[in-house]
Amino acid sequence: MEYKNKTLFLEGDVTKFTTTDLLAEFSRIKISEIEFIDLQSVKSIDSAGVAFIDEIKLKLKDFSPKLINVAEDINASIETFSAEKMPEPEPAEKANIFVMLGASLYNWLDNFRDAMYLSADIAYWSFIGIFDRKGQRKGSVIQQSLLIGVDALGIIGLLSLVLGLILALQSAAQLRQFGANIFVADLIAISMVREMGPMMTAIIVAGRSGSAIASEIATMKVTEEIDALKMMAINPIRYIVVPKFHAITICMPLLVTMATILGILGGLIVGITYLDLSVVSFYTQVINVLTLKDILIGLSKSVFFAWVIVIIGSYYGFKVTGGAEGVGKATTLSVVASIFAVIVLDALFSLVFLI
Amino acid sequence: MREPIIKVENLVAKYDDKVILDGVSVEFYPQEVTVILGGSGCGKTTLIKNILRLFEPAGGSVTIFGKEITTMDEVEFDKILEKIGMLFQNGALLNSVSIFDNVSIPLEQHTNLPDEIIAKIIEVKLNLVNLGHAIRLFPSELSGGMKKRAALARAIALDPPLLFCDEPSAGLDPLTSASLDELLLKLKNQLKMTIIIVTHELASIHRIADRIIFLDNGRVLFQGTLQEAKVSGVPEITTFFEVGKFD
Ligand SMILES: Nc1ncnc2c1ncn2[C@@H]1O[C@H](COP(=O)(O)OP(=O)(O)O)[C@@H](O)[C@H]1O
Ligand SMILES: [Mg+2]
Repeated sequence: MEYKNKTLFLEGDVTKFTTTDLLAEFSRIKISEIEFIDLQSVKSIDSAGVAFIDEIKLKLKDFSPKLINVAEDINASIETFSAEKMPEPEPAEKANIFVMLGASLYNWLDNFRDAMYLSADIAYWSFIGIFDRKGQRKGSVIQQSLLIGVDALGIIGLLSLVLGLILALQSAAQLRQFGANIFVADLIAISMVREMGPMMTAIIVAGRSGSAIASEIATMKVTEEIDALKMMAINPIRYIVVPKFHAITICMPLLVTMATILGILGGLIVGITYLDLSVVSFYTQVINVLTLKDILIGLSKSVFFAWVIVIIGSYYGFKVTGGAEGVGKATTLSVVASIFAVIVLDALFSLVFLI
Repeated sequence: MREPIIKVENLVAKYDDKVILDGVSVEFYPQEVTVILGGSGCGKTTLIKNILRLFEPAGGSVTIFGKEITTMDEVEFDKILEKIGMLFQNGALLNSVSIFDNVSIPLEQHTNLPDEIIAKIIEVKLNLVNLGHAIRLFPSELSGGMKKRAALARAIALDPPLLFCDEPSAGLDPLTSASLDELLLKLKNQLKMTIIIVTHELASIHRIADRIIFLDNGRVLFQGTLQEAKVSGVPEITTFFEVGKFD
């Protein structure tokens, strides 16, 4: 590279192998005035080289130098790879904090409204679907029950047992100080039946099945399977969501029952080994302390949790935009949202039943 | 002049604020193959999806079988959909069920035929698209071109009088593509189907097209018969028929 007579002479290869050095060299040259960039001795050029020329022209734009002595093939490359003739991208709109807040509020309200519409749709078609199986695939409720219920038995059972053990151990030391050993049965029974059983199960089901629902529907959306169903005059909610809704409504109370029993069993193990209780006394204490109301509260909660999980999973699934990465986002969002919703709903229930 | 089977008037289609179709008026005639042409991203798929209410048009009207469908209620529109088959650009087979089950869905949903007959129909339709051997496979086990053919079998399962095909031959080898054209012609002639098809394949257009609709920049640049298109003098169309590509 040489600079004389208001002209910058480039030479040799101007390619991705030389561009870095050329840029460094260029920055060392002091250019006071320039009219031409001479390419006569340039042997070869590639897109990196063209970008380099664009770059120095931009740096020298006060003088707007012209390219001269450009060989035909070099010119062809410049024509193809130059960024100068590209359309200017539209400048992004400047965001104002109030506009942003307002927009996100509107967005949130919109989403909430959509979710409510979807819930109404799902509830309606699930009710109709009890009597009229049209628009559903044969055997899909059973298949979904296997996926949502049976496949989750192991993990939910194991975790509930451990949870029961932990709860009992945590309280055992205190209870022993007061000689109130037997009350570990009350504590475990009430907390498992009313709170821990339903909540623990709901959280695991949200993680396993809520996410599966969201990703299945989202995938079907981006691969146009949902559109294809609509074109066959099949309601996607009836075809995809209703079987899951039925399956989860059946499975959730059963899972919760199992979780509760295993949790209490965990308490019993601690009672026997650590608090010198007998199986019979533990059992009678549990039976005495539990009321039908407790059991009904636990089970009805679990059904609401189940519905929330299906609705939130479907909502994020149907709402997906973009391709494969949209599916991943929808799945994550749905898990976070449904666990959040389950906990908030649980708090609401506690309030309502407290009064 | 014959009555059009589909009449689109001043259709405006948007995604958010971006206008894709800006006042499109086109007509499709019974028992004809109409080819929709236009550069990639010009809104061909969008036009079809708006005609079929997969997207809500931002304006304009669409009449199918003589009935305005943009304001129609769902139940009535479902009746119309039973007479329409659609082959999506990517096939859109249900991935969770086999090819056999995919083709059986419309048959089970909309007919009371016994299972043996349904199975026969499925076999025949899959053989028509040369996929008889793939009947028990799942979509994930098929190549792109096979998926499309399976999706075509599903689209014609109910012998719909109206068939939409979004780029059926893209990604197919020339031989398969030619046999697909033959099949479409058979459907047109023997089952009196009206076929609306998006394609860029010049050879295919020459084989099957009765009419051409040329979209450009969200507007209709030309519509008319294939012969009229060739002598239309519209520069974009002349270029397309000469070199088989868009500017
Ligand atoms: N779901 C969508 N959301 C937003 N923009 C879309 C969507 N689908 C298509 N578009 C845009 O609309 C335009 C037309 O797309 P399309 O109708 O698919 O074109 P083609 O003529 O290739 O079928 C493209 O610019 C595309 O980016
Ligand atoms: Mg398209």
